[in-house]
Amino acid sequence: MNHQIGDVILDLKNVSLAFGGVKALTDISFDVREHEIRAIIGPNGAGKSSMLNVINGVYRPQQGEIILRGEHFARMNPYKAAKAGISRTFQNIALFKGMNVIDNMMTGRNLKIRSNLIQQAFWWGPARREELAHRAKVEEVIDFLEIQHIRKTPVGRLPYGLQKRVDLGRALAMEPSILLLDEPMAGMNVEEKQDMCRFILDINDQFGTTIVLIEHDMAVVMDISDRVVVLDYGKKIGDGNPDEVRASPEVISAYLGVSH
Amino acid sequence: MPEMASSRAMDTFPRLLFHHAQVRGSKTAMREKDLGIWQSWSWRDVAEQVGALACGLAQMGFKRGDNLAIIGDNRPRLYMTMAAVQCLGGVPVPLYQDAVAYEMLFVLQDAGIRFALVEDQEQVDKLLEIKEQLPLLDLIAYDDPRGMRHYNQPSIHSIEELMAMGRIHHQNHPDFLNDEVAQGDSDDISVMLYTSGTTGKPKGVCLTHNAFISAARGGIGFDHLTADEDILSYLPMAWVGDHLFSYAQAMYAGFTINCPESGDTVMTDLREIGPTYYFAPPRIFENLLTQVMIRMEDASIIKQKLFHFFMKVARRCGSDVLDGKPVPAGDRLLYALGNILIFAPLKNVLGLSRVRVAYTAGAAIGPDLFRFYRSIGINLKQLYGQTETCAYVCLQPDGEIKFDSVGKPAPGVEVKIADNSEILVKGPMVLKEYYKRPDATAEAINAEGYFMTGDAGLIDDEGHLKIIDRAKDVGKLANGAMYAPNFIENKLKFFQHIKEAVVFGDQREMVCAFINIDIGAVGNWAERRGIAYSGYTDLAAKTEVYQLIQDCIEQVNGDLMTEGALADSQIHRFLILHKELDPDDDELTRTRKVRRDFVAEKYAVLISALYGGKSSQFIETAVKFEDGRQGKVAADLHIRDLKTFGSAGRAA
Repeated sequence: MNHQIGDVILDLKNVSLAFGGVKALTDISFDVREHEIRAIIGPNGAGKSSMLNVINGVYRPQQGEIILRGEHFARMNPYKAAKAGISRTFQNIALFKGMNVIDNMMTGRNLKIRSNLIQQAFWWGPARREELAHRAKVEEVIDFLEIQHIRKTPVGRLPYGLQKRVDLGRALAMEPSILLLDEPMAGMNVEEKQDMCRFILDINDQFGTTIVLIEHDMAVVMDISDRVVVLDYGKKIGDGNPDEVRASPEVISAYLGVSH
Repeated sequence: MPEMASSRAMDTFPRLLFHHAQVRGSKTAMREKDLGIWQSWSWRDVAEQVGALACGLAQMGFKRGDNLAIIGDNRPRLYMTMAAVQCLGGVPVPLYQDAVAYEMLFVLQDAGIRFALVEDQEQVDKLLEIKEQLPLLDLIAYDDPRGMRHYNQPSIHSIEELMAMGRIHHQNHPDFLNDEVAQGDSDDISVMLYTSGTTGKPKGVCLTHNAFISAARGGIGFDHLTADEDILSYLPMAWVGDHLFSYAQAMYAGFTINCPESGDTVMTDLREIGPTYYFAPPRIFENLLTQVMIRMEDASIIKQKLFHFFMKVARRCGSDVLDGKPVPAGDRLLYALGNILIFAPLKNVLGLSRVRVAYTAGAAIGPDLFRFYRSIGINLKQLYGQTETCAYVCLQPDGEIKFDSVGKPAPGVEVKIADNSEILVKGPMVLKEYYKRPDATAEAINAEGYFMTGDAGLIDDEGHLKIIDRAKDVGKLANGAMYAPNFIENKLKFFQHIKEAVVFGDQREMVCAFINIDIGAVGNWAERRGIAYSGYTDLAAKTEVYQLIQDCIEQVNGDLMTEGALADSQIHRFLILHKELDPDDDELTRTRKVRRDFVAEKYAVLISALYGGKSSQFIETAVKFEDGRQGKVAADLHIRDLKTFGSAGRAA
């Protein structure tokens, strides 16, 4: 299996989002191709997280549309997004702290569970077979992320870096075709960042998952992404491969400031 | 044990393997946890896969006498590879899997490695990194395919490919495998294990089938082990201990070996498997105990009270109950109650509920640690041996456990103490030779065929061997009596208040000591007595602390008096150093061993004060702080005379 970067899988057209008078995003268009790693960067408050929230339907933009695999969504919502194979991680880890790693990751399989509540309550027949199959899938992800040793540890007891990895694991358990990562490396030390980079690249390489990520660490972004979108104050100021973006005067001025 | 392999024909490991496949084919030989579930291989499965792998290797050009490197964590496939290589009359060479590439280079070159079988991408990458310097290497096979998709070098194959090739080869040449196994001889080299090379370059220790089978047979008979044992294989495959327990003994008796899921999950896997026969170096037992103690601190007050009460009972009578010695009825009852409430649940948490025999080796184990495990009913014993003797020289017999001996010579082993106190051993388990090093072989094996261990020891009245020191460190006092510094220092360091000790005495009329107190333990002790102190130097100079340490050393002197040859090594004078010995000041090695000569030179003024009869001495020492700054520590050190005992008739 070779995952060459393919056609556009996700296309955002003229998206604008405002909260009352605050314009979070203004007329933003960009696309994401199949199997690529697409980064969204920008200073604080540039609208990066809002952008992700628009893609998976948490926020509904006032204008614009989302085209996912040729299908137009004027109004995306999280359920539809998940059904369509989009999963995500959160900047401020949103795991169930009291539950162990396996249970947290099993919640990522929720959408794929067919048996009903009563069957599950009695863990009977098809429900049992189904759970075993889902657990097997979760175990594959655990193996992939090398977190076997914390399988049964409550998430709240884990250090931050590992919680981030579990968060990623839950998103992966969905077997997404598009994975949205909201600052996957924020607050990590160098070694943890290197591990996370390796996992992101491996996910992309091994499963062919399309990845959209927000990240502050420029070195990381430039190293691992295929194309980069740059936002500043809700506007798109750059789009292209890392070298183009790095050379763009608007990007330099937004990030570094220029003397006037 | 009627079905235990014992006949003449079972004299190589491949023959043992095919024997087990016949007599207990459906019994589980190996387990490994994969994706959270224990996967099993029966003896029949193992024999089939070993056969396929052997044929596959032969197809790729592996010849009798070739060496094959094995690098990786304990995996069933890697153990199978050992057997496959032995089927073809080759020699497996396991390497330490956590070594970096350039550290492996020497061994790979020395052993002339053409074939390597490794665990995963990480190990493949290491080999590729140094491939330029390994012109002979022409096959790298890997077990775990993860991340290997993009490796398309013609020399890299998966173990599955090898087995598939082997199965075709077997169809075309059905007699090949049997012929190869039949050609094997018990005096062939079965494995080559490299010494760690702390002194000079690593040496390849060539051990024969007969050596390891003799060692395995002896140990199994000694402890009455059967084919029903479950063991956890988690120590490096390149270490002789793992090879003896997880390969030789398992192959001989037909144990089930269990490979953990990953290095991080060993403790969980240990609990799930509940081995019946267990082997670990002292530091693992120490870590387990520390974990227990930390968790007890956090437990509720009732649990703590119960724990401490019953641990006191266990200390009083636990070892005797285990050894089947007479114990008062009241204690026996309390111990039984303690077993229900504390010991059994504790053993369960540790994963040691089913352990019938546990061994520790590799370093001196503290008596308190040793007593703890024995007192809660775990039959922990010590053994002594080297890579060169298949880790098999002395074993502690059940019911005859002495904390300071390593037991009696094992079945078939002859132990002799040379005039310089060096331990000499002879028996079938001794190495055949060092690979391509006739000079080293000649140095290690003397004219009468004894292997010279390099350790100094003595045999006590009941025939137990005591290890006292490295032979090269053993000296003589001025009156000609034996003097073993490490032996004395270890005795001192077993006291929790003493962190480090350096003793002097070679060619001198008496033994004197420098002591470092353990700031944690002594600090705590001082606080409970309301003794105020400002830091290490201040605390070390307190009269009360001197008295505390003096009591410890005098206990050691009492001990030494009973040691016969070492009775003259009792410590006459000591002082407590004003600073902690520190690797940053070059006083300790990075592995925290005292650099005796350096310390003697640096503190020469203190040594002359000790031997010159002074009662105090001023000293100023430069120290390096962790951030690189330099400073000075100065103090007026007291020197104290100690009580000595007995035989020399020189009580001070």
